Parts: sequence; C-alpha cells; structure tokens
Amino acid sequence: MLENVRLSFQGIWSHKMRSFLTMLGVIIGIAAIIAIVSTIKGTNEQIKQNLIGAGNNNVSVTLKQGDGDYWMDGGLPAGVAQFTEEQKQRIRDLNTISNVSFYNSRAYVDGITYGNNKLSGGKVYGVDNAYLSTCGYVVSAGRGFLDDDFGKYRKVAVLDRVASEALFQGKNALGSTIEISGEPFTVVGLIEKADSFQPVINSLQDYQTYHQEEYGSVLIPDTTWPVVYNFDEPQNATVSAKSTEDMSDAGKQAAEIMNEAITDSGSDMKYQAEDLLKKAQDLQALSSSTNSLLLWVASISLLVGGIGVMNIMLVSVTERTSEIGLKKAIGARKNKILAQFLTEAAVLTSIGGVIGVITGIILAKVISKVSGTLVAISVPAIIASVVFSIVIGIIFGMLPSIKAANLNPIDALRHE
Amino acid sequence: MILELKDICKDYIQGKMIVPVLKDVMFSMNEGEYVAIMGPSGSGKTTLMNIVGCLDKLTSGSFFLDGQDMSKCTDNQMSDIRLQKIGFVFQNFQLMPKESALENVALPLTYAGIPKKERKERAMEALSRVGLADRVNFKPTQLSGGQKQRVAIARAIVNRPKILLADEPTGALDSKSGEQVMELFQSLNDEGVSILMITHAPDIAEYAQRVVEIRDGILKEREAQTDR
Repeated sequence: MLENVRLSFQGIWSHKMRSFLTMLGVIIGIAAIIAIVSTIKGTNEQIKQNLIGAGNNNVSVTLKQGDGDYWMDGGLPAGVAQFTEEQKQRIRDLNTISNVSFYNSRAYVDGITYGNNKLSGGKVYGVDNAYLSTCGYVVSAGRGFLDDDFGKYRKVAVLDRVASEALFQGKNALGSTIEISGEPFTVVGLIEKADSFQPVINSLQDYQTYHQEEYGSVLIPDTTWPVVYNFDEPQNATVSAKSTEDMSDAGKQAAEIMNEAITDSGSDMKYQAEDLLKKAQDLQALSSSTNSLLLWVASISLLVGGIGVMNIMLVSVTERTSEIGLKKAIGARKNKILAQFLTEAAVLTSIGGVIGVITGIILAKVISKVSGTLVAISVPAIIASVVFSIVIGIIFGMLPSIKAANLNPIDALRHE
Repeated sequence: MILELKDICKDYIQGKMIVPVLKDVMFSMNEGEYVAIMGPSGSGKTTLMNIVGCLDKLTSGSFFLDGQDMSKCTDNQMSDIRLQKIGFVFQNFQLMPKESALENVALPLTYAGIPKKERKERAMEALSRVGLADRVNFKPTQLSGGQKQRVAIARAIVNRPKILLADEPTGALDSKSGEQVMELFQSLNDEGVSILMITHAPDIAEYAQRVVEIRDGILKEREAQTDR
C-alpha cells in the first residue's frame, strides 16, 4: 500500500503539468465548495450573533396569555400563584443555568417624571439583587442595589442611559428624586450594558429583523414594587444559560418549573421561554437553503473534474501498458494492478482536494474582505472535502484501473 | 520433471479463421536441464514460451509444471505460479525506467508480500550474484545494455524460481555482453536452476545442453549438439 502511494507520487511528479491540469477540475470544485460552505457558516454565525448577542446567553421566560404577553396591570390572574422560594431555588440549581433573576415589570410606562421632564414609553422593573449581573449590566455612576435597599424597602432607583438622558438631559442624576406614578424615588446609580453589542446590519431586511428600539429602563427593588403598583403581581425571569447551545434547554427547563405556579389547568396562561436559538436556526435554515443551490453547482464542477481524472488515467494506462504487462508477467495478481492504479487516482485527486481546500479558504477570506460578511471556516467541511476528493479518485479511477488489471500480459509486453 | 507437455495445440482466431500455431507439441524437461528452443520468426516458439510461462492458455493437450497440472488453473493461480516458480528474462529487459536497479530487482518480492527489510537484503544478494553489487542505486538509463540484462536476470532469480525462461536474452546485446550473459546463465544452471531459452542464433543455442527446433508449430529434437 505504502509502496503504491510512493509510486503514485513518483508518477504524478514525473508528469507535473499534466497532473496539475488533471487536478484542476477537482481543485476548482473543492475550492468552490469550501468557499460556499464557509460563507454559509459565516452567515449563520452572524445571524446567531445578531439575535443572541456575542457571549450573552440570556433567555427571558415570560408569562403569556394566549399568544401575547400578559398585561401585568391586571395583577396576579386567577389560577396563577407567586413563585415559592423552593421553585426559584430549583431553577437556580438547573445545570444548564449559571444565573437567574426574577422581576416585576411594566412596559410603556408614562408616569415617570423629573420636574417637567418625562420618560415616555419606558419600562419599570422591580428587580431582585441578581438582576444587574444576570442581564449583563455594570454600574457606570453611583451604586447598584444593596441588601438594605431590599430589606428596608428603600425607595431608590437605578436608571439606564436612555432613561437618564430623557429625564435629566445631561445634568447630574445621582441623588435627585424622580417620581414613578407619583411616588418619589431617589436615583442612586446609573447602569449600562457590559458589552454594548450592536447587531451587524447589512440590509433593510437585517434592520427589520435585528433592530431593537430602546425606550429606557428604570429599576427599583422588587420589595418596593407594591408601593407603586399592585401588591400581587406575577413575575418574569431572565436566565443565563451556561453556553449558547444550552439556551433552548435552559429556557424550557426554567419555564417548566415556573409553570408549576399555574394551578388552573384550564387557564390560557403559560410561562414561555423566548427561544432565540430556535429563531436563529429558523433564519439560518432560510439562508442555507438559498446557498445550497450553489453547492449543487459546485458539485457539478467536481463531477467534471472526476471525468477529467478518468480520462487522464485511461491515457496513463495505455502509456504504461508494457509496465503493466511486465508486472503481471512476474506474478502480480490482478488486484495488485487494480490497487496500484486506484491508489494513483486517489492520490491525484486527494492532492487536488488539499490544494482545493487551501484555495477555498483563501477565496473565503477574500469574499469576507470584499463583502464585509462574516466567513467561518468549517473543519468538518474540510475533512469531508478531502475524503470526498479521495472517493472521486476511486470512483473515476475504477474504470481505467479495471482496464489495466484486465490487460493480457502477452499483448501488454509486446506493446511498445 | 520440471516441464511436461503432451499433445499441446494452440489455435489463434483471426477474424473468422482459426490459425493453428502449435500442433501436437510433445516436450519435456528435467530439473536442472538447460534447453534452447530455436526457430525462425513465426514458427510458434514465442507462443510455446508463453504457454510454458503460464502467460497463455492452451487450446488442447496437457501441461504439467513442477508436477502441477496447469490446464485448469485460474488467473490468480497462474499469477502465483509465475511469481513463485518462474523467472522471466526478456529481449528488451523490461525494466522500470524510473526505479533504481535495487527497486527493479525487489519488485517480485513486493508481490510475494515479503517485508521491506528482507526485500532489500534479497535484492542486494541477487544483484551481487550477477556482479552488479556496485550498481544498486543506478537507474536503468545509467546502465549499459549488458548491465540492464543482468539486472533483469537478478530480478528473475530473486524469488528463487524453479525455472528461468529467457526470450532472446542476447538479442539486444553486443556479442561481448551477450557472452557475459551466457556465462551467467551457465553458472546459474550449474547451481541447479533449470533454463529454457529461445534464440534464433545458433552460437547462443550452443550454450545449452539440449537444443530443440520448432518450425511451423512442430517441435523436433536436435540430436547433433552433444559436445557441450
């Protein structure tokens, strides 16, 4: 076997030009496939990053009524209970989850004011002390929430950048008092996202898919929530999955435990995780299906390359008729001759495959530079390409090799 | 008996015509014998050689090589017999042009599945036997005709065959190299290797112990050559 490989390299090397031209079909085919697969993978990676945010594996689990979000103004609906501490602990203990925060919330709130300034359409959150770390916030000025804020029902608030801009318009917010639904709260801190991830938007379609409007958020301790809003309100949760791959599971498992709080089985209320991974996969499937057409075109060029290999192998067999005759005369069985030529074809195409992979990677990098899209080199695709090119060599080398193996040694020896 | 041929017929089909090439050939050869077959071109001597060399199948008759019936052999069995029992020497050497002398000689050993180290040793041994120990790494293009033929003989004997079949071994050589090759054959024969040689040159045929003549597919013993 090794002997055959050595002989193959020798044969290929002694016809450098011809071997290279023969390989060209395989090189082009494999290069095209690698470039296309890398682009598809890059696009998929981009979609995932845009939706999920780089390195931030958060899933919101929220209470739904029918298909829409439950409107929290209604308080605790019939058949839904507050989470017990035991349920919360079980969610914290899930092995797919690294961090959990439970919170009350109000969307599109208009009643937040500072003097004559008003925050319109903002959100108010009544948070626990895990919220800032779970959601990836860092304190940029002042402080976050302290245990005493929760324990002593302090009316303190933390604002994000949009909210403080709207209310204070560049003036110092710390220590000032804002009103939430008429109740005074002291601003103790300003927060911002630890990683300010911006989705990469290349088209209008991307904009519609990924752009998120920001209306500003005001955070208060959940213990003071009843001062402003209802005493009993259902809570939502944000869970941080340990990895991006765990996101779906983490969301589902948390939602399952949270749904234990829904005691009325006939209710249309349900906790549901927002499955961004699933959403990303759906978008990826859409983009992949358009690109897979290109893959078929590339495969056709591989087929043509394979036929080229077959052609040149047939020439090679004719040229080496007397060598084959001698080998058979001195006792080589048919299958040895077969193996020799199959090996040669496979070595030829696998060299073509390797060159094609390298060319494809370069091509992918160029595409990435030119179009500005993300390109991800896929290792499985590289391995598959090389294996596939070997298989092409074996398939298209089969006919010439059989021809060689079946040569009659007498005729072959007489051939000059 | 190393060779035993009885009533061998071989026909070739040319278009719709059946052309008989060998007609009821009777031939046998003892182990250790050195026999020359003489005949003009078209006499059927190459066909006879091909049959004896297990390269061709006979039309009718029976053929035993080293006691084994060859008339019912499969392709693979014939390959194995060629590998183990027969050494071929051709007029035009038939060496692999890109391989060294050593690799050329070792070729039959690879087909016999002998490990690399032993292959090298045995190929070296065979090359020294033909007096080319100092030429092992030379390519055929760097060797003279006589040296090429000796490499080919080394390749023929490397598997320690029972019989050496030589088809015009001196046909492409000058008389001096031809003489060296004949001396080599003589010494191999002295060591017990049976040799069957085709030639059309009477002076070459004289090296053999026995000469048979073939003409129009009919074989005849020649009794005159007894002085060797």
